[in-house]
Amino acid sequence: MSAPDAFTPPVASAWPLVRRVALALFAGFWAVYALALMPVPGIEAIRGNLIALTVVLGGFLVADEVTEDLSLPRRWLVIAVPLVWFLLFFLIPFVVLGRISLSETVIARPPYTPLWERGPDGSLDILAGFQNYSWILGDALYRNAYLSSIKIAAISTLLALLVGYPIAYYIARSPEPRRSVLLLLVILPFWTSFLLRVYAWIGFLRGNGVINNVLLSLGIIEEPLVMMQTDFAVYLGIVYAYLPFMILPLYATLVKLDDALIEAASDLGASPAVTFVTVTLPLSMPGIIAGSMLVFIPAIGEYVIPALLGGPDTLMIGRVMWDEFFSSRDWPVASAVAIVMLILVVVPIMWLQSVQNRQEEQG
Amino acid sequence: MPSNPSIAANTRPWRDPSAKPFISIRHITKRFGDFTAVNDVSLDIYRGELFCLLGGSGCGKSTLLRMLAGFETPTQGQILIDGQDMAGVPADKRPTNMMFQSYALFPHMSVEKNVAYGLLREGKSKAEAYARVAEMLALVKLEKYAKRKPHQLSGGQRQRVALARSLIKQPKLLLLDEPLGALDKKLREETQFELINIQETLGVTFIVVTHDQDEAMTLATRIGVMTEGVIAQIGEPREIYETPQSRFVADFIGSVNLFEGQVGPAAPDFMRVDTADLGPVAVPPRPGLTQGQTVWLAMRPERVWLTREKPAEAINSVRGEVRDMGYVGHMSSYVVRLDNGRLVRVTQANEGRRDNPITWDEQVSVSFEPADFRVLTE
Amino acid sequence: MKRGWFLPVFAVLGFAFLYAPIISLVVFSFNESRLVTVWGGFSTQWYGELFADGWDSWQTNPLLAASLISLKVAAIAASIATVIGTLAAFVLTRFGKFRGKLLLTGMITAPLVMPEVIIGLSLLLLFVSMEMVLGWPAGRGLTTVVIAHGTFCAAYVAVIAQSRLRDMDESLEEAARDLGAGPVRVFFDITLPVIAPALVSGWLLAFTLSLDDLVVASFVSGPGASTLPMVIFSKVRLGVSPDVNALATIIIAIVALAVTIAGVLLRRQARAAR
Repeated sequence: MSAPDAFTPPVASAWPLVRRVALALFAGFWAVYALALMPVPGIEAIRGNLIALTVVLGGFLVADEVTEDLSLPRRWLVIAVPLVWFLLFFLIPFVVLGRISLSETVIARPPYTPLWERGPDGSLDILAGFQNYSWILGDALYRNAYLSSIKIAAISTLLALLVGYPIAYYIARSPEPRRSVLLLLVILPFWTSFLLRVYAWIGFLRGNGVINNVLLSLGIIEEPLVMMQTDFAVYLGIVYAYLPFMILPLYATLVKLDDALIEAASDLGASPAVTFVTVTLPLSMPGIIAGSMLVFIPAIGEYVIPALLGGPDTLMIGRVMWDEFFSSRDWPVASAVAIVMLILVVVPIMWLQSVQNRQEEQG
Repeated sequence: MPSNPSIAANTRPWRDPSAKPFISIRHITKRFGDFTAVNDVSLDIYRGELFCLLGGSGCGKSTLLRMLAGFETPTQGQILIDGQDMAGVPADKRPTNMMFQSYALFPHMSVEKNVAYGLLREGKSKAEAYARVAEMLALVKLEKYAKRKPHQLSGGQRQRVALARSLIKQPKLLLLDEPLGALDKKLREETQFELINIQETLGVTFIVVTHDQDEAMTLATRIGVMTEGVIAQIGEPREIYETPQSRFVADFIGSVNLFEGQVGPAAPDFMRVDTADLGPVAVPPRPGLTQGQTVWLAMRPERVWLTREKPAEAINSVRGEVRDMGYVGHMSSYVVRLDNGRLVRVTQANEGRRDNPITWDEQVSVSFEPADFRVLTE
Repeated sequence: MKRGWFLPVFAVLGFAFLYAPIISLVVFSFNESRLVTVWGGFSTQWYGELFADGWDSWQTNPLLAASLISLKVAAIAASIATVIGTLAAFVLTRFGKFRGKLLLTGMITAPLVMPEVIIGLSLLLLFVSMEMVLGWPAGRGLTTVVIAHGTFCAAYVAVIAQSRLRDMDESLEEAARDLGAGPVRVFFDITLPVIAPALVSGWLLAFTLSLDDLVVASFVSGPGASTLPMVIFSKVRLGVSPDVNALATIIIAIVALAVTIAGVLLRRQARAAR
């Protein structure tokens, strides 16, 4: 590798300890101050200067800590841009989320309590607590919403796999140029609006929608089927909206599958079904896992599909959280709901990550 | 085995102990984590040389080249080019240029722009740069292709663009990583001599990394044979072939029969080695060996003497049976099984048309000239 | 290989499933009747209604006004995402090991699958806290939507750019270094031109994702910054409305046109390269 080597002459010094302590102090002070809005006497007057100082010094120390070399500004400058951006706008928001989930809602600005208060005698009152979590986990509505989200996401993922696998297999086994065209057809809907595609299903599923009209005019049914505002519509919507995410990773593993492996299996006496189960399926496992996670994880928190296609009794946690936030305006409870949801999706995210890392190593 | 054409510089500075080396590699070590790619290598290369680093994949030859170019930083040791220490000098500031195995032609630039790139980075004016580019393209016979993009060229043409691009800055040292590796066999042989001509015309010092021993033998003034991060032997091609210093080098360069044995009692004009396969063998005396010490006798297949009856003048001779034979035109190669089961490789030049060549299953005599044995201690 | 009837038939049904709703969306935009699903004869009245006020419709019609906002947000967010995403990918593929690498890898993968409601809520809370502590951003609006979209789109760009950078022959960059170009020069002379096609598709993807996002925008947007999906959502929540179909048809036509042009250009380029 050319760039880094030129950037890094060996520099050794006693500096690491100093900067680590300084970094810890800065980080500690700002974590406490920013999160709890601790009323430090006299801070208002020098607040501007303090912020400027912290941004400059703290930024410098963070970047330095991250890149381990002080003498070479260019390398850490380049690393710092994306790293600081994602830290600030992706990781720190979760910290804020966690902090607010420990408060209680109040009618004020901001609409939540601080984590502690100083009593009139100067004593410290800790107000933070896990009351929101015990409330969520004790309440049947939330518990059922989590369970039902997992159930709906899991069933939809399974359906998407059952629909997506044969399509991906067919595309992967198609000769060029048909393969490219089919692949483009899978990706194309992705470029049009997700919201509009979900909206299109309303016209299909309504009592006087396309499906009912066709079935009625063919005389197959006499009464319009009730499809809108059911769990069925939600399954359909999720499978429909996320199908490309299932097909693409499946395609990617299936297209790498050597035809000779299948021929070898049948040459050795395996029937097509046995070949599929013993050769094709195990080799496409990374694609199955990746595709399933790409559908399952976002589906757990899905809001638009249950809101448009589901009925009032379609419980999904994304929707519950949305209502908690926008209707009840209870920020702390919404935050706690989100944190629990986050914990639910962390394990599948890490699984997905490890599958992808392994595939990357294999090239 | 092609013998070395006399392409070496008329002078051989490496034989002159007072000559000043142009490139000094001193105790260079490179580790990647736990893996030691290059292990305490020291090497001197002289001005105008065409030095080949020869070795199998993963032997550290490319890593050594990349440290010279400045793409890897040595873990330990020092590199001097023309007396200047290269530590801390980044790749773009070094007086070296490199020709990459993949050629690394910039796909979005024409041939002309590729070749001019180095000059423009030096701050040369466009007019001057492109005049030099035209000269250089003429040297590699690519004038007509100046405006083409790399993907519109054949493999051989790309190779020449890469060479032109790496030579345009007149580097003190040109590093070539498997320069002919991507060409087919016939083109490779033609290009070898073209490369030597260009090197002699421009007088640039070349270091070539290759895994192909024929290529190294043809090109090099000297060869450094590398294995597992160390240099096993440095020498002129003929030295490497005729007087290998270890079993590894003897076996790596060409083909060899190795016989293990113990040094016997000293005699005035020869030395006795007792081998399990050949019995007692007379070899030229070699100082510094003690009686009973284990040594290996190396014998090139083309030096073995294969006859139906034992020649009267033969000193070392054993009987065997031809197990295998291959006719390759200018020579035939045999595998002979000695009476004790040991297989010996033999090649015989096919000079003239012999009426009754030795063939399968014949009982033969295998004889060795004492002077053709090379006694190895490691 | 011998192939049965099952796969082709299934594939045809699968593609029908993917496209039928979109086609019906387009067909019913030309419907005379207000009932979106009952055919009442061909008409372009919904398009007329969309542009009832001529050029002023871009201000007066809420759908069109929101489209302008969304286009603006998407263009800026996609550009930010391309810069940040490319830098992230470059750092991860070319800078060897550095502390925080694993963290950065995690932070560009997680947004791809993270439920949008979590991203939206956490970012809103961040913006609120930042406003209290730093005084910036003042309130929610275009800026906050752009930052939010820029962040999760950057993750997509990073993934695309990363795979291109990994495929790219690193000796190209080494060759430029070897010929005397400094690291910054190498990036602009060699790396950027070589990965440019990937960055263009990354920008387009980011643009589309931003244009499409409802959930995150709903959380972090403020008064006067309602994006198109937000306006459409509030309309279709109350039921189908034919002017949405008309606008959807226009969007689909533009996307189809753009994809066709891009496809033709790519094919021509590929042919030229051969």
